[in-house]
Amino acid sequence: MQFDSFSDFIAMGGYGFYVWLSFGSCALILIGILLSSLNDTKRILSSVQQQVDREARIKQAKLEQQV
Amino acid sequence: MWKWLHPYAKADRAYQLCNTLLPYFAVITVVCMIVGWVWGLAYAPADYQQKDSYRIIFIHVPSAILSMGAYSSMAIAAIVALVWQLRNAELAVIAIAPVGACVTAIALITGAAWGKPMWGAWWVWDARLTSELILLFLYLGVLSLYHAFEDKKAAGRAASILAIVGVINLPIIHFSVEWWNTLHQGASITKFNTNAIDPSMFWPLMLNIVAFAAFVGTVTLMRLKNEILQREKHRPWVRQLLNRG
Amino acid sequence: MIRQHSYWQLFSAVCKKDLQLAFRQRAEIVNPLLFFLIVITLFPLAIGPEPGLLARIAPGIIWVAALLSTMLGLDKLFRDDYHDGSLEQLIASSYPLPLTVLAKVVAHWIITGLPLVLMTPLFALLLNLDTNALIATVLTLLLGTPLLSFIGAIGAGLTVGLQKGGILMSLLVLPLYIPVLIFATSAIETSTMSLDYSGQLAILGAMLVVAILSAPIAISSALKVSVS
Repeated sequence: MQFDSFSDFIAMGGYGFYVWLSFGSCALILIGILLSSLNDTKRILSSVQQQVDREARIKQAKLEQQV
Repeated sequence: MWKWLHPYAKADRAYQLCNTLLPYFAVITVVCMIVGWVWGLAYAPADYQQKDSYRIIFIHVPSAILSMGAYSSMAIAAIVALVWQLRNAELAVIAIAPVGACVTAIALITGAAWGKPMWGAWWVWDARLTSELILLFLYLGVLSLYHAFEDKKAAGRAASILAIVGVINLPIIHFSVEWWNTLHQGASITKFNTNAIDPSMFWPLMLNIVAFAAFVGTVTLMRLKNEILQREKHRPWVRQLLNRG
Repeated sequence: MIRQHSYWQLFSAVCKKDLQLAFRQRAEIVNPLLFFLIVITLFPLAIGPEPGLLARIAPGIIWVAALLSTMLGLDKLFRDDYHDGSLEQLIASSYPLPLTVLAKVVAHWIITGLPLVLMTPLFALLLNLDTNALIATVLTLLLGTPLLSFIGAIGAGLTVGLQKGGILMSLLVLPLYIPVLIFATSAIETSTMSLDYSGQLAILGAMLVVAILSAPIAISSALKVSVS
């Protein structure tokens, strides 16, 4: 461990703002693209599910008409 | 080899391949990134010249390397897409582009945040920073071209052509910017001596490079899966996926 | 399929048609030139009319204005042919598409690039450039503007099928123009110091040769994507 205390670790020898700014924005961007990709998966799967449900409903309605 | 590769031209096989690879990439990303960041931020010794501000290197250098790496893999995918007419390769181009743009943006932001304490300005027209900015423009060009097309089939091919044109131009751009920079270089810019890097800093840096590469791989695989699903929406195998959970 | 005409006949026919069309509606030739002139007028108004300062930044001004004014004509390069269907005919014909494309790009350069080169002495006067720099400017424009036409035509080919292709095309093409800009302005700058600038001209020439050989292939595959 290079730092004596936690406040030293945050201060980064006076360069804390720049170090944490870059690590923070890096983490933010990485998490951002990860979440948006996960969100896309969910959206696509739910749209497929909707389509399947819709077709099932249409089938059901047709069956009921025949009866 | 072609016989072995051939099945992966089919969408469902490619999807399965993505699924099997994804956990490995994800695990490598999580492990390397946590260890690399903690090591780099807390345990690596401070640089005798730049003190603790040099710790930005642990994300700046990996993101800069990966921004170039992602562009070249995008261009390779584009060449495969156009030469062998593989639809999956086109989808890979579109899957990589946003990830590459994000990594390039990280390289730029961290470069600026490092430049402020070292050079005294958020932005200097340093050759590497300038090429990185142009690289970001190229990524955004590919993305906006893809999204401008209604017909996604044509969009994939147009984006592939642009990616190839970009990769041919990239060395020329890089060379010209470097040459321009040596002409105009101001006295305020200090060159870092990057040849001799101490092992105590080298290993966390390597770890972070691996972490970034694995991250790019992970997100690319996720986005590739999405693109395949989006295109194959109406196929029975996608519907079977829903039943499985 | 039997080819009734030689490649040269095809080249000159396509070139001639485009030139005739442009000369019929002269605005197409005059407007980019006027735009160029106005942009150059704006700079002294914005930063002050000091002759020394103007001469120093003149290469940059001339070249940025040249980049922007070639962008104006590019949008129309394939658009009219796309809308009236003749582009599809050219693609379907038995003649090689890269050759047709080459002819169209050459015609585009004669319409937009060449007048710019011819008008340079006037701009040099406005911006207080000396004879040495004037010659350098003319030479770089002579080598550089065809390069701009070739690179720009790739962007035009990719975006011809889109509704609002114009602004997108400039986003795609302008980053690719950067090497041309760097070497051309540096050649002019070197010439103002009365040094040898043949190196920069050689690089521009090399880039032009590569562009002539490879850009038509890229443009024609882009057009095929846009038309299909």
